[in-house]
Amino acid sequence: MLYRTAGQFKTSYQADQALFPVRQDAILLGVILIFAWVVLPMTASEFAFQTMLIPVLIYALAAMGLNILTGYAGQLSLGTGAFMGVGAYACYKMVTLMPWMNPVVAILLAGVFSAGVGVAFGIPSLRIKGFYLAIATLAAQFFLVWLFEKWAWLYNYNASGAIQVPNLDMFGLWVSGPQAASVTQYYLVLGVVTLMTLLCINLTRGNLGRTWKATRDMDIAAELIGINLMKSKLTAFAISSYVVGVAGAMYVFMWKGAAEPNVFDIPLSFQVLFIAIIGGLGSILGNFLGAILIVGLPVALNLLPNALGIPISSATVEHLNVMIVGALIIFFLIIEPHGLARLWALIREKLIVWPFPY
Amino acid sequence: MKDTEGYVTADGRQIGGVLMEMRNITLRFGGVVAINGISFDIREGEIRAIIGPNGAGKSSMLNIISGFYTPSEGEVLYRGERRPAMKPYEVARMGVARTFQNIALFEGMTVLDNVMTGRLTHMHAGTLSQALWFGRARDEEMENREKVERVIDFLEIQNIRKTPVGRLPYGLKKRVELARALAAEPSLLLLDEPMAGMNVEEKEDMSRFILDVNDEFGTTICLIEHDMGVVMDLSDRVVVMDYGRKIGDGVPDEVRRSQDVIDAYLGVPH
Repeated sequence: MLYRTAGQFKTSYQADQALFPVRQDAILLGVILIFAWVVLPMTASEFAFQTMLIPVLIYALAAMGLNILTGYAGQLSLGTGAFMGVGAYACYKMVTLMPWMNPVVAILLAGVFSAGVGVAFGIPSLRIKGFYLAIATLAAQFFLVWLFEKWAWLYNYNASGAIQVPNLDMFGLWVSGPQAASVTQYYLVLGVVTLMTLLCINLTRGNLGRTWKATRDMDIAAELIGINLMKSKLTAFAISSYVVGVAGAMYVFMWKGAAEPNVFDIPLSFQVLFIAIIGGLGSILGNFLGAILIVGLPVALNLLPNALGIPISSATVEHLNVMIVGALIIFFLIIEPHGLARLWALIREKLIVWPFPY
Repeated sequence: MKDTEGYVTADGRQIGGVLMEMRNITLRFGGVVAINGISFDIREGEIRAIIGPNGAGKSSMLNIISGFYTPSEGEVLYRGERRPAMKPYEVARMGVARTFQNIALFEGMTVLDNVMTGRLTHMHAGTLSQALWFGRARDEEMENREKVERVIDFLEIQNIRKTPVGRLPYGLKKRVELARALAAEPSLLLLDEPMAGMNVEEKEDMSRFILDVNDEFGTTICLIEHDMGVVMDLSDRVVVMDYGRKIGDGVPDEVRRSQDVIDAYLGVPH
């Protein structure tokens, strides 16, 4: 009854194409935004910031980037981790070469580099599809991580071979490095993620989004109705890699603080892919739901036995986590290939007509 | 038929000059000759049919017109000018839209989105404008939505506009496909077996839509169809193909009486 849409009439196409044609959706989003911007930062502990809030946002953003490529444009990619790495290293080089640079500008610019690399590795998509393309992006994954290790200029010839985030300030506030407060970093990440989400929603519901979806659903028909497939696929690679690169830069600068090349290895790619699949391919909301689940599950598994007083070793928790995530992925692939976002859509459809069956 | 002024049809419609002309088109796949030296023209405002038994090369001909195949020999003239070898999407941007024998809709999208893809060639807003949903992108979205809604009204699919195409029955899918092609406001509309697999009622509906499209928008239509009754009733002029050759060309009555055509369809005693 709370979700009744009766009585909400649209008198113009503009209203029909509004971001939230259903009033309750707008209200719900408003509540979530207030939570994210006001309530959580005031109440969250340091632990919550570092284990839940910041990583959820960053992973959700990375998954959103991948989702544009895989979920919307239908091009399978296993190179997400490496593209995140390109963003992180580009950001690192920029702030060390030009220390006066505003860190947020550096993060947003870092995406441009990963977009360029993404387009270069997206060129095979013009010829190959599906699993074969996945293998081609896998080549990007291995090559780039190898490059991060071997090209010493990238990590400023550090003895450790890792990139260490320097202390950076913005308007007198430390925003990255050991001195930065979690709440500042959280707000920065939240701001970037909110902005990116809005842009991605607009892109996917507009003309470019339809071009991508047409390419995904039937590329031959897409070309015959006037879509330049090369342009469609390469813009998807560019925009996807941009978003992924920004997520990668924030992953190191706003969360981890330091990173070795192997951080960006294939497990990271898979983790982001799992978030996108469990959340729902071809959905923006799904990335957030998936990230909450994948990031939150290990935390919950860690906390739950303690809270219940069950003695359980951290190694067991680790094993349990892997087993549960694996089982969930199989469950979703079989039961609901469209992921959590689809579940929410079904619940919403039921709620709109509740308490009547239809 | 070499005049440029066109002709007047039996029901009194004025047909214009030549829109597209095929000159000595030959298409080979390796050693197989799918089309063998065919010439014909499509005139502005007419309904032109291509008929022939299975394997005659009709679909190949349509694929040549829409740029999916490049002819091995011969040339395609568009409004009197020779059309260079083009990619299919470039042909589409010149104003050629088509439907497919086996429905080729975008199954994951709603009817509305599918029809909106037909407007792609008319939308030019940049990526940034689209990302911000501001200025040109938003204006274009509204303008084109209105045009699309007109097509949706015209084809009477208002009630399913927000339904994902994957859920629709066959007959409606065919209509949505026509809507997508129409939304492009094409100068030449190619229909590849628009009635295939339909029952009599659906065929009647589709025939009415085809006539209405031609009548109201003045769209030139070139169609392939197997149902002889439909072809003879709808079309102004008919090309008959058999084994890649042209065996007849003219108004339906002429073609119906042609001995070559009768032989091709009914067989010749040996």
